[in-house]
Amino acid sequence: MSDITKQSLTELVENIKNKKISSTDVTKGFIERSEKSGELNAYITDDFSSALDKAKKFDQKPNFNLKLPGIPMAVKDLFCTKNVKTTAGSKILNNFVPTYESTVTKNIWNEGAILLGKLNCDEFAMGSSNETSFFGNVQNPIDKNLVPGGSSGGSASAVAGQLTPITIGTDTGGSIRQPASFTGTVGLKPTYGSCSRYGIVAFASSLDQAGPMAQNVKDCALLQEVISSYDPKDSTSIDFKRNEYSKELSNNIKGKKIGIPKEYRVDGMPKEIDDFWQKGIQYVKDCGAETIDISLPHTSYALPTYYIVAPAEASSNLARYDGVKYGFRARGENLIDMYEKTRSEGFGAEVQRRIMIGTYVLSSGYYDAYYLKAQKVRKLIKNDFDEAYKKVDAILTPSTPSSAFKIGEKTNDPVSMYLNDIFTVPVNLAGLPAISIPAGHDSKGYPLGLQIIGKAFDEQNILNIAFAMEEKISFKNQINDWWIK
Amino acid sequence: MDKVSKKNSEYLINRKDNQYEVVIGLEVHAQVLSESKLFSTSATKFGAEPNTQVSLVDAAFPGMLPVINEFCVKQAIKTGIGLNAKINKRSVFDRKNYFYADLPQGYQISQFKDPIVGEGKVILDMPDGQKEIGIERLHLEQDAGKSIHDLDPQNTFVDLNRSGVALMEIVSKPDLRSPDEVSAYIKKLRSIMRYLGTCDGNMQEGSLRADVNVSVRTKGSKEFGTRCEIKNVNSIKFMQMAIEYEANRQVDLIEEGKSIDQETRLFDTKKNETRSMRSKEDAHDYRYFPDPDLLPLEVSDEFVNELKNNIPELPDDKKKRFIDEFKLSPYEANILVSDIDTAKYFEEVVAKMGKNKDMKLAVNWITGELFAVLNNKNLEISQSPVSAKNLAILVNLIKNGTISGKIAKTIFELMLDGDKDPQKIVEEKGLKQQSDPKAIEILIDKIINDNREKAIEYKQGKEKLFGFFVGQAMKASGGKANPQLINEILKKKL
Amino acid sequence: MSIDLKTIKHISKLSRISVDEQRAKKLAGDLNSIFDFIEKLNELKTDNVEPLTSVAETTLKLRSDEVKSENIREQIIKNSPQDNKDYFVVPKVIE
Ligand SMILES: [Mg+2]
Ligand SMILES: [Zn+2]
Repeated sequence: MSDITKQSLTELVENIKNKKISSTDVTKGFIERSEKSGELNAYITDDFSSALDKAKKFDQKPNFNLKLPGIPMAVKDLFCTKNVKTTAGSKILNNFVPTYESTVTKNIWNEGAILLGKLNCDEFAMGSSNETSFFGNVQNPIDKNLVPGGSSGGSASAVAGQLTPITIGTDTGGSIRQPASFTGTVGLKPTYGSCSRYGIVAFASSLDQAGPMAQNVKDCALLQEVISSYDPKDSTSIDFKRNEYSKELSNNIKGKKIGIPKEYRVDGMPKEIDDFWQKGIQYVKDCGAETIDISLPHTSYALPTYYIVAPAEASSNLARYDGVKYGFRARGENLIDMYEKTRSEGFGAEVQRRIMIGTYVLSSGYYDAYYLKAQKVRKLIKNDFDEAYKKVDAILTPSTPSSAFKIGEKTNDPVSMYLNDIFTVPVNLAGLPAISIPAGHDSKGYPLGLQIIGKAFDEQNILNIAFAMEEKISFKNQINDWWIK
Repeated sequence: MDKVSKKNSEYLINRKDNQYEVVIGLEVHAQVLSESKLFSTSATKFGAEPNTQVSLVDAAFPGMLPVINEFCVKQAIKTGIGLNAKINKRSVFDRKNYFYADLPQGYQISQFKDPIVGEGKVILDMPDGQKEIGIERLHLEQDAGKSIHDLDPQNTFVDLNRSGVALMEIVSKPDLRSPDEVSAYIKKLRSIMRYLGTCDGNMQEGSLRADVNVSVRTKGSKEFGTRCEIKNVNSIKFMQMAIEYEANRQVDLIEEGKSIDQETRLFDTKKNETRSMRSKEDAHDYRYFPDPDLLPLEVSDEFVNELKNNIPELPDDKKKRFIDEFKLSPYEANILVSDIDTAKYFEEVVAKMGKNKDMKLAVNWITGELFAVLNNKNLEISQSPVSAKNLAILVNLIKNGTISGKIAKTIFELMLDGDKDPQKIVEEKGLKQQSDPKAIEILIDKIINDNREKAIEYKQGKEKLFGFFVGQAMKASGGKANPQLINEILKKKL
Repeated sequence: MSIDLKTIKHISKLSRISVDEQRAKKLAGDLNSIFDFIEKLNELKTDNVEPLTSVAETTLKLRSDEVKSENIREQIIKNSPQDNKDYFVVPKVIE
């Protein structure tokens, strides 16, 4: 059964439905591989024994009408899972066990999937390398001492390393697409409001979105159709007609107009990345689509805007972690002393840094200069996309300005770390869907991703473009299982 | 009910050389009458066991999100209409960020820049005439939980039952000038909201409380002085005491040549003084920003008009109608409309009295006998031992001459026990007024016969004796004879 | 733009995160480099631009006034750091 974990989600579903393999076989296969993968540090919490029980139960009374029949799956530890510890990668939530389930994970279990465990991530999803987790950094299966990206680093590593057939992450400024790019996997950030935020530990409410991470586009489409739902429990959830993305997936993108934004050719971008982007443009053309040069004039303002909006919202969202109701509490002489010590000891350095930035930009005397300004620029950035979409159906860019870097390489320079998200952040600010697909390797042999950005609610279109390109690219991830002893 | 008393003139604080005027603005927190909370589906009932009406949203568990209660929105708009205020079709919920043990989210969802209700006004009936008080705004926000400091020497206990309950914060303009006006203003707001059914106004249960902003200035000055905010005062009496203390404190400072710090103060009800809340000072920067978990609240014209069309008659209109339609005096009308239950009771009495009714008599019975009984027994009019229906019957019995006013009082006493029908009491006890002229004639003939000499004295001009004969006739009839008939017949016979 | 130690102390107070002198210095350095990069926004004139708070292309939906949550006190208090079956317990608040 050793090849089970090499199968894609689509194959596994097919084989389970045809009774070629059982849910127990599949679950065992991924558990065994996960157990040997300690060095990747992809898991914060495993739920293997109960996963196996559930798989056996499924096999006794299988329901093959479900979309994810008996499929085991590990998820980012930002999703609250009923009776399973949920930490958001933070000490302050160490030992927090929710009594409730996030809507997105509930949708997944309702389609027959089984929880394998909770995957490592940057603390409160704040990071681009998975180095800010209280539970230690995650290794990229591509190479030792290489970051998997972040914040959904554990998720990316687990999919690339085949510890789970598929997974979900969250993306606030690139946290699905950047790690997907770094690990040679596919990651989709859906339109804001497509997936419910109910039960997901909040980072920045106006930007956060859950999305699928997979080995291929079709798997990604299937999971997207499972997790996306209108949810009355989330006031920003949007009631629109959702497709059966995997069924309607098509590689025919002839005549589609793909925009190439000149502003993404940023200062100091390595030639290697530019060449890679050009190759991507060629793939699109090979598929019969047309490319059009476009302008997104406010692109370079996206990152500064993001580093006001996201920390501002985070500083408020994280105020609930005060040691009173749940999670870690430090001893204090009085209430205020307790708060200050709890939050000082409970949050890591990056989270504290962002809370401080957020507090500052909202504080009296600075609100207009920073927060209000950022919201206005956010409007300009969204206008840029609206303008562009009058001419094109989708936009093609690199996912990241570089391939994965070494662990520790950027930890002392927050700004250079933040620059990782330069291509992904504008998409969150504008609330658009975007997918990253692996499209090649750099000179070091590390994978690189291309990003396809769509119009709001146009997931089907970008999935189709990705699907068509995937065929032409025929990318192979070079994983040698270095971490398995 | 308004206790309109002595003629009230200006409220001024006098010092050696100066007279000071007090300027007061109120931020009233009124709990919205609703079954469930503003952003969660837990119950709002008063007096539940601690932490039994707390949902995951109210306790701010990770990943929990607010979803707004439509009824609370309607209640706020209705109140706005009752305050003659502008209804804003687009309003925004903001987060007010501060840390406190009974604020689980670390922020309160409130409305800062764009409230649901804009400027409006209320009219106060003061002894020296009407006074208009401007309303600055009304916004919706969440209540906090409750910290209990006296259950344990080392710890504070937190009950989140109230956390997330909808409040309307009604902010007045600084138009109030005396403790009496503050009292009248609170009573008026309370009255309007009770008419609308948007807040029960129960101050003991904390459904209505206020932050009181007080400043002073020399009489005639146009500029405002530095104000202090006295937080969370929960009775009219305390508000008045707090204003009195605070205004004098500020005047003393000015007289000593000192300046007043703009600060938040607390009213100590035991010591009857206000004092600075230093703990609040460093948290003054609330970092308001639009709540990204919510979208702007947009209401259509239809939505607002539907509410407007269903607004009940409010106290000011009712008062006007009582004066026009029932010919009541403004004073009487005021007493009857200020509390919705009193108005309801009165209108039911009026309805039950039927065509041939005596409005004055009904008013006198309600504000006289009935109020006295309620006062004595410490009852609300909604708990009245005598129903409106039976009071109406009693008034009609007096009006149509079946009983005298004096007998009516006896009957009223008997009605108190189990809301008895006065008609039945009259029959059972034979208290019917003697109105047969023949019978009264016989009775009077006998009395004149028995008191010949007095009758002669009367005829000779000693008119005072008339009263003596009336008394004798009454006595002889056991108090039941119709006094009017006695008068007529006596005049004829003597 | 320069964020000094006093400002760091002030925002650490506002955000209820205690920082010692050493951390405050490090934070000041980090925040200054981050704000240098943020200052780029000042290049843009935005006087006539409407601020964007949400990209959700929908209106706020209203729920009906029904009580749907029951008493889950045990669940709510279970995760709290200090044991008490009825209340959340915190160190004494000094007014
Ligand atoms: Mg106030
Ligand atoms: Zn308030």
